[in-house]
Amino acid sequence: MHTASEAHTVGESLGREAWRRLKQNRAAMTSLVILIILTVACIAGPWLTPWGLSEVDWNAFTAPPSLAEGHYAGTDANGRDLLTRSLYGGQISLSVAVVATLVSLVIGVLYGAIAGFMGGRVDNLMMRFVDIMYSLPFMFLVILMMVLFGRHILLIYAAIGAVEWLDMSRIVRGQTLALKRREFVEAARALGVTNRTIIVRHLIPNTLGPVIVYVTLTVPKVILLESFLSFLGLGVQEPMTSWGVLISEGTDMMETAPWMLIVPSAFLALTLFCLNFLGDGLRDALDPRTR
Amino acid sequence: MLHYIAKRLLQAIPTLLIVITVSFFLMHLAPGGPFDGERQLPAEIEANLLASYNLDQPIWKQYLIYLGNLLQGDFGPSFRYEDFSVTELIGQGFPVSLELGMWAILLALAVGLPLGIIAALRRNSSIDYLVMGTALAGIAIPNFVIAPLMALVFGVFLAWLPVGGWNDGHWRNMLLPVVALSIQQIAYIARMMRASMIEVLGSQHIRTARAKGLSEREVIWRHAMRPAMLPVVSYLGPAAAGIITGSVVIEQIFGIPGIGRYFVQAALNRDYTLVMGTVVFYGALIVLLNLIVDLIYSALDPQIRYDD
Amino acid sequence: MSQLLLEIDRLRVDFPLPQGRITAVKDVSLSLHTGETLALVGESGSGKSITATSILRLLPELAEAKGDIRWHTPQGIKSLLDVSNKRIRAIRGNEIAMIFQEPMTSLNPLQRIGHQIREVLDKHTSLNGRAARDRVIELLEQVGIPEAQRRQTSYPYELSGGQRQRVMIAMALACEPKLLIADEPTTALDVTVQAQILQLLKTLQEQYGLAILFITHDLGIVRHFADRVCVMRQGEVVETAPTAELFRYPRHDYTKTLIEAEPHGSKPPVDASAPLLVDARDLRVRFALKKRLFRPNAYFEAVKGIDLRIQRGQTLGIVGESGSGKSTLGRALLRLLESQGEVRFDDTELTHLDGKAMRPIRSRMQVVFQDPFGSLSPRMTVGEIVSEGLRVHHPELNRRQRIERVTEALQEVSLDPAMRQRYPHEFSGGQRQRIAIARALVLKPEFLLLDEPTSALDRSVQATVIDLLRTLQKRHDLTYLFISHDLAVVRALSDTVLVMKDGQVVEQGDTDALFRSPREAYTRELMRAAFLDMPA
Repeated sequence: MHTASEAHTVGESLGREAWRRLKQNRAAMTSLVILIILTVACIAGPWLTPWGLSEVDWNAFTAPPSLAEGHYAGTDANGRDLLTRSLYGGQISLSVAVVATLVSLVIGVLYGAIAGFMGGRVDNLMMRFVDIMYSLPFMFLVILMMVLFGRHILLIYAAIGAVEWLDMSRIVRGQTLALKRREFVEAARALGVTNRTIIVRHLIPNTLGPVIVYVTLTVPKVILLESFLSFLGLGVQEPMTSWGVLISEGTDMMETAPWMLIVPSAFLALTLFCLNFLGDGLRDALDPRTR
Repeated sequence: MLHYIAKRLLQAIPTLLIVITVSFFLMHLAPGGPFDGERQLPAEIEANLLASYNLDQPIWKQYLIYLGNLLQGDFGPSFRYEDFSVTELIGQGFPVSLELGMWAILLALAVGLPLGIIAALRRNSSIDYLVMGTALAGIAIPNFVIAPLMALVFGVFLAWLPVGGWNDGHWRNMLLPVVALSIQQIAYIARMMRASMIEVLGSQHIRTARAKGLSEREVIWRHAMRPAMLPVVSYLGPAAAGIITGSVVIEQIFGIPGIGRYFVQAALNRDYTLVMGTVVFYGALIVLLNLIVDLIYSALDPQIRYDD
Repeated sequence: MSQLLLEIDRLRVDFPLPQGRITAVKDVSLSLHTGETLALVGESGSGKSITATSILRLLPELAEAKGDIRWHTPQGIKSLLDVSNKRIRAIRGNEIAMIFQEPMTSLNPLQRIGHQIREVLDKHTSLNGRAARDRVIELLEQVGIPEAQRRQTSYPYELSGGQRQRVMIAMALACEPKLLIADEPTTALDVTVQAQILQLLKTLQEQYGLAILFITHDLGIVRHFADRVCVMRQGEVVETAPTAELFRYPRHDYTKTLIEAEPHGSKPPVDASAPLLVDARDLRVRFALKKRLFRPNAYFEAVKGIDLRIQRGQTLGIVGESGSGKSTLGRALLRLLESQGEVRFDDTELTHLDGKAMRPIRSRMQVVFQDPFGSLSPRMTVGEIVSEGLRVHHPELNRRQRIERVTEALQEVSLDPAMRQRYPHEFSGGQRQRIAIARALVLKPEFLLLDEPTSALDRSVQATVIDLLRTLQKRHDLTYLFISHDLAVVRALSDTVLVMKDGQVVEQGDTDALFRSPREAYTRELMRAAFLDMPA
């Protein structure tokens, strides 16, 4: 329990307190470290391995993992180094995760904040629209778009981002509505603070917690969506690759070359695991009541 | 009650109309026509083809024709499977997909609910950690990874079960795909049930029930179970949508002749009418499932009144 | 002759938390006789509720209770902390029953109330079929639920707060227990409802020969209701005495503080010639009930044409129960809500000012709200919170000057200015309310809207905040509009009082006159409920 009579005078903000709680959560911190390592590896890794993305090793087709050959995770049916390809694939998967999440974040926060702040009829209309969007078979519309407009990476970013903003907008709207009724916002209005300042100083900082949590939970969903599309052959195309593509290739070869399935699957699963742990940890840290 | 159902069905119309309209116009915005195939067709034949698919009409007219046909349950011909209409293909695939999906959702509930309840009642015990850890794995490992691994282990190495095929829905063929399809939902349902059970067990009316002198078993069954189920019930809509989406890959992996598989094939072959028909069909299905879920929910929660 | 019924002997309750052990109850001993009412009194954190919940072993799993709780029955003495789970369940709801503070959440929301009462009968009696059904209806009639036959099939959400508490009581009395533990049963209710529930408990106590252990923070109720009082503070019993004796000769200092913390005194009147500062005429506020997309909205009128005038230096108290529209009225005066009618502040007509034109006036009229947890932005430091108004109204000030003004304001409310850099969640409720007052004061306003500023605070804290408000009013010649449901506080602070019900004025007038001889029936009812020992 905090009592104000304690000696220190510099306060601890909610953010810092949450960070302190998060640091005590070993699973979440381990996940964070692993994620950082993974990201760095995916960005820098391909230059560190002796092989290129599409470079064919004519001596090693479908070769199992071997330290001696320099194929630490084996090769695929075309003699390409699987570790190199997995790291490249990681770049794509992670970039989709970041960009699509950002797209969903921007649309969702703006849409939700506007609906919540305006309230009344505008809110009603905007949320009715979200309800309708919710009942759309979105996955299939995305696939439809892929079929019609070709499998361009930009389209993947946009399409997945456009699917995932719905939840975000609901969360932000709910927060904004609740905050708007809080007395500190009324007090600010009584002080004569302008609407814009109220949104910037009082509303947005207070929606931050749930938004951060939701973002960490959106990232794995997005990664999953992208690899789902790629797995079906509807995602990124050669020469680009992603974890979903590699898993799909591995599935075809699993009886003769199980490493081709296992290596990219492990990358994907590890990332998703860590992101989920981190998301759970953040939720506990930012909202200690839920524990 | 009937009034409520009718109203909800009415509300579903704009949703469906949006699905149809969006997919229709997306299709016509797309670069390249459906017959821009590998080989060049003679101009005359192409014109004939276009006319027979009404593609020579102005777009708004095509839209109205399509809508009119849809109303009669006619999704148009398939561009690729020349001898079949889209309606026939969906009619063939749907019973298979439905059976698969039904079993998957039943399995998800039958396993997920008890796991969540046990974890909640034994909070912070080793059972709880085991269940929640496994659930997290179920969420983190996508079904298109689990499914081939299961096929590898049970189908290839152990050779207990067939690796694929449908065989008219023989249980041996169904077991692996149903399990693969339900794992993720089991995980979600278990986590959700645990969280809501813990919340309900901490609520005031549970304390009242204990103060009445009820045994712990009575408290849980009579007073905690129903309120704890409510969030899970409202999750059933998204769960069904998740299973439908999942069935697309699962049918692909196990070679099951459901609509999911047709859909992927059609998408890869740019079979516009089939893709679009499937999207519209799924849209209607999801709307219908959401309605059913809402009805179940309102039956469980007396505060939801039909008149609103 | 009354016999010993319950003895609590050196009860100790610990919560072993990761941060360390917290002892919530230390060596509490008390006893209760048949047919007696013992009040367990204390402020938040005193351990009174934990002591009460220990009796039936309904504590959170984490808690560890030690000591002895002896339950005297004709069959012998049972140590409640040690008997088997089966035994304690046979006692719960049967020999000892309990009701709780939150009537809104204490009933199962998904079951019909008749069913919930019936469940107790099924558990502990052999009544079945017809007999059990009749008993349920009889109980509902006894607790004053009208149309019991029909109402037994209602769900809790269809009942009001008071009615739910009545259902809880019916459930508790179903098996004719010997002891009823009532944990703040009326705190969440309006005063008039509270009075009805207390009356009901009294009647039923006589009818059933019940002993009642009554947990409360409200000394007014204790004086009226209890035979003996046990005062608790920080987990310990400080004093136990018969009620009359305790109020007349409190022995312990803390008991004295508690009794003195009851609002008292009255406001020195202002000069009758003081100029008018606030003048509202025919003020109306309406809310859209159901927002419809394409049809006109349905409206609910929360304030229905109210006139009020406040002279400079005066305090106008507004009294009303929940839903009376008193808070809405206050917000409308400050133009925080859309309203119809006229509001004049000093020489300015506020009604038609837009947001921008209103801004200079805002620094002259400020507000302090009820909820000390909700009224401070959780992500801003105290310094930022207090200085926000300065940024709006005095952009010419530099950082150092701003800090000076903030320091000054914090000192005025007796807070250490060094606390400036800390965040609201690090302060107690009373301190937060002081911060909220400092935020208002820093602009040197003339008029303060005080919307239930002390209702969420413990009595002893409330007393200090009231003193502070009095001092500030005198020092700065402030004009107050004081909104409260608490008549005692309003009487102690106001020059004039306005009683509201359903958005309308029931009665208004000079505080002394109104409290001495209320004219309207509703005002009299309100006062009888608030000052329980007042002659009818």
